[in-house]
Amino acid sequence: MSTVTMIYAGMFYIATFLLVVGLVYKIFDYSRTPAPLVIPTTPAPTTRTGVVYRMAKEVVVFESLFKSNKWIWVFGWLFHFGLLLVLARHLRYFTQPVWFWVDIVQPFGKYASIMMVAGLAGLLARRFVVDRVRYISTPSDYLMLVLLIAIGVSGMLMTFVAHTDIISLKEFFMGLMYLDIQPLPQDPILMVHLALVASLMVIFPISKLLHAPGLFFSPTRNQVDNPREHRHVAAWAARLDQNN
Amino acid sequence: MAVAEFDIPEMKDDIEIPKLREGVMSHIKSFPAPKSVQDFMGYPHELGEDWKERAIDKMGDLLGKYRSLKVFLDACVHCGACTDKCHYYLGTSDPKNMPVARQDLMRQVYRRYFTTAGKLFPKLVGAKDLTKEILDDWYSYYHQCSECRRCSVYCPYGIDTAEITMAGREILNHVGMGQKYSNEILGKVQKIGNNLGLPGPALIDTLEGLEEDIEADTGVPVKMPIDVKGAEVLLITPSADFFSEPHVESLIGYAKVFHAAGINWTLSTHAAEAGNFGLFNGNYETMRKVAMRIRDAALELGVKRIVVGECGHAWRVAYSFWNTLTGIGYGGNDPFSIELQKQLDPTYPQPQHICELTNDLIKSGRIKVDPSMNDDLIVTYHDSCNVARASRMGTEPGGQFTIPRELIKSVVNNFHNMADDTIYEATYCCGGGGGVLTDDLMEVRVKGALPRATALNNVVKEYQVNFMATICAICKAQFTKVLPKYGFDMSMVGGVHQLVSKAIKLD
Repeated sequence: MSTVTMIYAGMFYIATFLLVVGLVYKIFDYSRTPAPLVIPTTPAPTTRTGVVYRMAKEVVVFESLFKSNKWIWVFGWLFHFGLLLVLARHLRYFTQPVWFWVDIVQPFGKYASIMMVAGLAGLLARRFVVDRVRYISTPSDYLMLVLLIAIGVSGMLMTFVAHTDIISLKEFFMGLMYLDIQPLPQDPILMVHLALVASLMVIFPISKLLHAPGLFFSPTRNQVDNPREHRHVAAWAARLDQNN
Repeated sequence: MAVAEFDIPEMKDDIEIPKLREGVMSHIKSFPAPKSVQDFMGYPHELGEDWKERAIDKMGDLLGKYRSLKVFLDACVHCGACTDKCHYYLGTSDPKNMPVARQDLMRQVYRRYFTTAGKLFPKLVGAKDLTKEILDDWYSYYHQCSECRRCSVYCPYGIDTAEITMAGREILNHVGMGQKYSNEILGKVQKIGNNLGLPGPALIDTLEGLEEDIEADTGVPVKMPIDVKGAEVLLITPSADFFSEPHVESLIGYAKVFHAAGINWTLSTHAAEAGNFGLFNGNYETMRKVAMRIRDAALELGVKRIVVGECGHAWRVAYSFWNTLTGIGYGGNDPFSIELQKQLDPTYPQPQHICELTNDLIKSGRIKVDPSMNDDLIVTYHDSCNVARASRMGTEPGGQFTIPRELIKSVVNNFHNMADDTIYEATYCCGGGGGVLTDDLMEVRVKGALPRATALNNVVKEYQVNFMATICAICKAQFTKVLPKYGFDMSMVGGVHQLVSKAIKLD
């Protein structure tokens, strides 16, 4: 087994561990922190079903962002939807036999990479061009976009320009999953691509990428507007009632 | 102390997004609360040796108590969607008045002390040690936010800057940097029963005077009862309604509605205030203490219904929080809330907004109105921020928009909405909400009113609108003061029940 294979295998085990543990901790932390007051941004749904519909619109079509700014919406949605298709396409490296819908999604996922990178480029351009966005941007905001673009472009290079040995690549990842490590094809572009993906996985739970789980815990979006009908009291606040 | 002169922004044809001008509002410093005021609230009045530890400890405490704060500080991606949504940014062009930048004043400190990335790579993620300069920035810019929630409508994650501002002010209070205006009022309401510090006898005297005025004006003996045990309705209204113009016109309107409908109602000297500035400071216990006065009055007087007058943030607290804080509402299963809830009449919403009540009475024909009495007026309606984005009326989402408009249209013949992107959930704050309605923040108030003034100006030009109705005591006080700076007559602002008052038929 080559050193490179060992390094990459170790890297992905560690990255996966940090991603999963980090996210599980954050989600646990969000869910255990009380929301003592009813604060949905109104008009808000008056039923739980309504809230599910509201959240679905936020997650799928970025409803609030659409109301807010069409440029950010277009770029943001292209990027996220492109990423979703690209990720779906990548499932072929982790399933044997490949699930039928992953087969169907292959050509879409291939060209979705263009959507994804175009969206990211638009978001990055806004950070330079729009004075308000430039003002609020930190170095990590730029680097995050550059990292994602680099992942996208290195992936596209392998799809459209210089193919890599995807049979061996799949054996490498299936091997990782079944704890039977197989050699990683030593293609420089692939190695760059994978190293960047692993760093993204590590960064995820300690960065603004927490907006993904965060959205589901946002009280202004996930609360039902029914405070007159239901008494909503957090545990720490309920203790105040007893002293009365 | 004289407040510095400043330029009134120029009103354009449309609301324009200004280019950044860094630091142009950094000189703003609301008057600090003196020792006596801070003592009563249980806060220090000056920075102690350990202010930094106290600030970070308090932040940690709040992060554990409020999911909103924790999620909002983590989730922002700096996308920029909110950057042009705040009326204070639009009116001042100071970038720290962009919602995200206002949040970042706290987020930079949060990242430094509470996140792995900020502890390891502060420069990379914009994390900073808490310094006196940052604390001063908090004091300045957390008092240039009216907690109106407009940004939260447009944020893809629903991040509500109001929650951050509230936490910021709470921390500032804990280190000894309280704001005079809000904290003084919180003292008055707890010691005397209302924000104006109007003692019971003075209030009773004022109400008697108003009764005489109404009778002289209409020939009908409309009463303004107070502290009447066994009344059906307890009316909780902002204390400005008792003596400020144009507020008092709406109070007269409520009294006429109750009279015409034959509803036995009362005010309370103990709870002669709907406003609850505890909301502005983000302190749950204070907000609860202030709200408890209403529960106490309701129990004491044995009323069956609790109705709230025209006040924006008060309606937010009443509608969204009273059930939680005091048990005024339904659905409680604990002795504390059941004690009150079994007394309340389940056929009505509790609490009920005065617009819900009056609109129902008109629609059911229990009171009669003649809209032609308002034919001298061409009316528009300003959605108050807290009503629009933090509460509801009626049974359907959006009732907070349709019910006041239905009511207005039933009492006036000429009504025109302002531009779509300035009403309903997109409404612009008056510029004086959330603890900003003080003379020492006049520059912030005038500049923050620019978007609303612009939208108003457009309906004045297009439809000759000469009256802007609103249902908030702060909006009324703010607009009568700042709209003249934009060339409007202060008398063109008033309450919805001011219109009802003119149109209602009394026997």
